[in-house]
Amino acid sequence: MSTSTSPRTARKGTTEAAWVRRTLIGIALVFMALFLVLPLAAVFTEALRKGFDAYWEALKDPDAWSAIRLTLLTAAVAVPLNLVFGVAAAWAVAKYEFWGKSFLTTLIDLPFSVSPVVAGLIYVLVFGAQGWLGPWLAEHDIKIVFAVPGIILATIFVTFPFIARELIPLMQAQGNDEEQAAIVLGASGWQTFWHVTLPNIKWGLIYGVILCNARAMGEFGAVSVVSGHIRGQTNTMPLHVEILYNEYQSVAAFAVASLLALLALVTLVIKSVAEWQMERELKALAELPPERPTPANPTLLGQTP
Amino acid sequence: MASAPSAVLAGGAAAAQHGSPTRRRSKRRVLPGFNITLGFTVFYLSLIVLIPLSALFFKTFSLTWPQFWDAVTAPRVLASYKLTFGASLIAATVNAVFGLLVAWVLVRYSFPGKKIVDALVDLPFALPTAVAGISLTAILAGNGWIGQYTEPLGIQLAFNPNGVVIALIFIGLPFVVRTVQPVLEDSEKELEEAATCLGATRWQTFSRVIFPSIAPALLTGFAMAFARAVGEYGSVIFIAGNMPMVSEITPLIIISKLEQYDYAGATAVALVMLLFSFVLLLLINGLQTWQRKRSGGNLQ
Repeated sequence: MSTSTSPRTARKGTTEAAWVRRTLIGIALVFMALFLVLPLAAVFTEALRKGFDAYWEALKDPDAWSAIRLTLLTAAVAVPLNLVFGVAAAWAVAKYEFWGKSFLTTLIDLPFSVSPVVAGLIYVLVFGAQGWLGPWLAEHDIKIVFAVPGIILATIFVTFPFIARELIPLMQAQGNDEEQAAIVLGASGWQTFWHVTLPNIKWGLIYGVILCNARAMGEFGAVSVVSGHIRGQTNTMPLHVEILYNEYQSVAAFAVASLLALLALVTLVIKSVAEWQMERELKALAELPPERPTPANPTLLGQTP
Repeated sequence: MASAPSAVLAGGAAAAQHGSPTRRRSKRRVLPGFNITLGFTVFYLSLIVLIPLSALFFKTFSLTWPQFWDAVTAPRVLASYKLTFGASLIAATVNAVFGLLVAWVLVRYSFPGKKIVDALVDLPFALPTAVAGISLTAILAGNGWIGQYTEPLGIQLAFNPNGVVIALIFIGLPFVVRTVQPVLEDSEKELEEAATCLGATRWQTFSRVIFPSIAPALLTGFAMAFARAVGEYGSVIFIAGNMPMVSEITPLIIISKLEQYDYAGATAVALVMLLFSFVLLLLINGLQTWQRKRSGGNLQ
């Protein structure tokens, strides 16, 4: 008797009655459906409201094409730059102890808490006609703000922390022992990074890059401040959506928006796969403790005992 | 090739000879690349973030104090603060409640399609804000999927502050779910079993045992959702209607000042927002430290 009741009571103690569970799941799903699924569905429904032909017509528009090209160009510049920065920052922060480290991590996070509009504004203040470098730039006939370079700079700012933020905790959790082993065995720093560190952080890196890319392609506020809103020249896809929408070209606006929504869906899929892979690798690591050399001497890791 | 490892070994031996005071220092140098990676990090950070942000402070110094004060306390600007902070507070509160619920359901229960729901939580991170803005507007406007039913009841959801709140709920949701979820996953079931064995009801166990352990994470998520909502622009401007004094958010004030070439005024309002986000950032950092201490204490 006691053996059959004790697991039941224990289980009852850590979960809720069936009706409570069902109600909670129900409320959560309705909330998610209303706030997340409905907007996503609305984008595609509105885009196809007048049929596929109108949809294709809207996407074939040369202004839409130039917006797509500019968005791709922006992401192609901003993401690799932030990737290099993210890896360098994560290496410095995760592998070494130094004075002011937590302050540096806070500064790296800073762009996340700055309003996108403020992010755009600061570049206008530096490069704009009345800004610090404005007169010099005008003299040399270089246009940064209200042109493509400004759009790229503002995008770099808003996507700045994504990759670093993803890699720092991951590399901290992995510790230094594998890299140290490689160096002691005679590998160069670059070989160590390429053959030891990179395979370990691969999925975290993909995760960071994909989120960084989604934000880079979708940024609106910051880009809207520094773009001159010149059709076919300084309009990214989100800005083009705004213009079409304000001109009451609803189908065209939603058609371009549907491309961005597709991008978001692809991002979510890749992100989930990367997450599952990371979890699996972490689990695999946890399952083989005897083969993983545990540091007998904590100072070897550069940590204070 | 044989010379390289032996050189490293010799270096190691030399380091070992140094004795204890310098030992930690020499161990740190085992991995190469400290100077170059830290140097590049600081350089890039200064170039992209710190120097441009400092421009905001220097530009504000060109204003006299009364000019600055007038710019940031004009009635229209004050009304925008009220809307921005009020709507963000409501949205972050709704997110805290429903975010906790979604995180709870995802961690504790199993149901069909759970993995898809879990992945979908991040949609607001991945969906461009402008797309979210026009899409929510299309749903909530008088002829939209939801608006057509609420408008006859006298509830207008788009083109007024209601719309602002709804857009901010959308963009803030993942923050709460993603900060509470890992803490719930790590929480120990033994504590709950102990509480039950000691005679606590399920609700008592939740409110006295589980909730205190996730409270720091919930508060962190709330603060993050709030910080994001205050600065949000893209999703809000489509749905807000943007009527001065009624549904005009602070970031929009900055934009309209810029469009009138009132750079100093725009900068002054932007500085207020920036200082506010600094305060929030410090608060969030403090909360995270608290949370780490809490969970660290539980583990040991």
